[in-house]
Amino acid sequence: MNQISTFEKIVRGVLIALVLVFFLFPIFWILLMSFQNNDQILRIPPSLFFEPTLQNYLALLTGRLETTAGNLDIAFMRNLGNSLLLSTCSVLLSLALGVPAAYAFARYKFRLGENIAFTLLSFRFAPPLLVLLPLSLFFKQLHLTDTYIGLIWVYQLICLPLILWIVRGYFEDISPDIEHAYRISGHGWWKTFRKIAIPLARPGIAAAGLLAFIFAWNNFVFALILASAAKQPVTVGALAFVTASGIQYGQIAAAIVLSVTPTLLLALYAQRYLVEGLSLGAVKG
Amino acid sequence: MTSLELRNISKGFKSGKVLDDVSLSVKAGEIVVVFGPSGTGKTVLLRMIAGVHYPDTGSIAIDGEDVTDASPEARGVGMAFQNFALFPHFSTFENIASPLEARETPAGRLKEQVGAIARMLKIDHVLGHAPRELSNGQKQRTALARALVAQPKVLLLDDPLRNVDAKLRYEMRLELPRLLRTFNAAVIYVTQDYKEAMALGDYIAVLRNGRIEQWATPMSVYREPVSIDVARLFGDPTINLLSCKLTVNGTGSITLFDRRVPIAETYAHAAGRDLVAGLRPEHVVVSESEAPDAIPFDLDAVMPVNVRSVLYLRGAKGEELLATVGETEAAKFGRGQRKVWVRFAPSHLLLFDAASGQRIAPQVH
Repeated sequence: MNQISTFEKIVRGVLIALVLVFFLFPIFWILLMSFQNNDQILRIPPSLFFEPTLQNYLALLTGRLETTAGNLDIAFMRNLGNSLLLSTCSVLLSLALGVPAAYAFARYKFRLGENIAFTLLSFRFAPPLLVLLPLSLFFKQLHLTDTYIGLIWVYQLICLPLILWIVRGYFEDISPDIEHAYRISGHGWWKTFRKIAIPLARPGIAAAGLLAFIFAWNNFVFALILASAAKQPVTVGALAFVTASGIQYGQIAAAIVLSVTPTLLLALYAQRYLVEGLSLGAVKG
Repeated sequence: MTSLELRNISKGFKSGKVLDDVSLSVKAGEIVVVFGPSGTGKTVLLRMIAGVHYPDTGSIAIDGEDVTDASPEARGVGMAFQNFALFPHFSTFENIASPLEARETPAGRLKEQVGAIARMLKIDHVLGHAPRELSNGQKQRTALARALVAQPKVLLLDDPLRNVDAKLRYEMRLELPRLLRTFNAAVIYVTQDYKEAMALGDYIAVLRNGRIEQWATPMSVYREPVSIDVARLFGDPTINLLSCKLTVNGTGSITLFDRRVPIAETYAHAAGRDLVAGLRPEHVVVSESEAPDAIPFDLDAVMPVNVRSVLYLRGAKGEELLATVGETEAAKFGRGQRKVWVRFAPSHLLLFDAASGQRIAPQVH
């Protein structure tokens, strides 16, 4: 009855391939570009065949960019390190703060609870540029400008609401009776939170963490205004490739490939938690 | 020895009062069924004993120790939920072992005890399975095993047979009392099925509108319900309720279906009041032939229910009356649509006050 004919299989394959080509082609092209020099990239018509060079990656790794106008120091690897540090720390901090908060909002009704939750969400409504001017003044006074701590703090504007609201929904989906049953079995609330609530909300926590990481990684303006070169992430660092002697497309492509890698690895790692079965079948009725 | 004692428990939520001055006590080895229609606070009562909710006023004592403000993990009760509430990411074994693990039972003893209870409940072959791989019956037994495994002094069962199929429910109704006796716990069993209440309870607490309306053994709840409401809740088909008035003219009598029905002297104190007479369908005797004291009825329909059939009867003035008769007897009536004659013994009548709904107890001088 449910047999799929060969024809259907073929059509399905072709359609999937089309979609994949449409979405992945730019990434594929960037991957090719990262192995070409500027002349090869800019030739017309463009060609799929070229002599690959590791020059771009070498330049990024050594931090020396050789252009026709002379040598230039670039801090790409440092930027990459900054990105990793900033995103990881801010997501970890957000998880540490946001997951318990999400649990509290999901399980307990308290005065102004909804208002607090909404206020936290509203941080995502404000255009970052609007927040930045007063923020940079505050940061100057608090001596937080150009510090990792300051940036991680600001990144909470991005990560915390995201994690709070996504994870809250997952906690709300867990039947409170499962937690009650564990308490009645003789376990304290902290153990119940750790052994029951967190594992059951893990797909949500993984999704929210991944999403927050991507948003933090891609952030540009906060670091541009609030940090100097030494603390800036790749998104800001990439500006360095626009040089006096032209735009270094090859290096930009290589930089993109390198900077996509951590997020990609994280996504692959988080995937097994994302698809993990939910509380399916535990509760009836 | 009283294992569980509730004193004057009241509890309200935003939507209103749920429990109002409820007191009850259960001895070790006793099964008390809390029975009532849905929304009468049965589950809230159970959860208060478990420590999930806290009472507004009143106190709860387990084994003589006041636990009114104790957290759930400190009470040492066992509870099976209506929705099973198994831990989905634990195996069946881990689910059952969880109360033992909380009591820091050594691994060897833990394994032994889980194995023993699993064998007793016939789920020892699925101990390695995840809850989602179990059938409803197995889930329900796992939930029961988890509640029993630590041999709690107080065992709370929240309508545990609600979500299992009819066959299993019947089996468990037979099996549960025996099983529960072996644990010698004070058991509170919540249900809204009167048959289950009658089958399992040493005592039945009929909960209505947040109050215990009647506390009695199953037989006396059935035979001597305190009110019309309780009489209606117990029995299938439901009790026949007929308006009447008691007149005392030498001997007391009421008029039912235009006939004078003599009423015992012990009811004389209710003379002159508007009453409702209750007559259980099984006490109505239906026959095909006329008899001097029998009342003519039209038999509208016959509905076979297992070994007994329900007869729908209509009196001369359109009064409805339900009767039940045995299988062989029912065969005589075919599909109904005929004239029949009805008798009943006045001693079987239950008399209620029409205004208050309370049963009028006979007074012996």
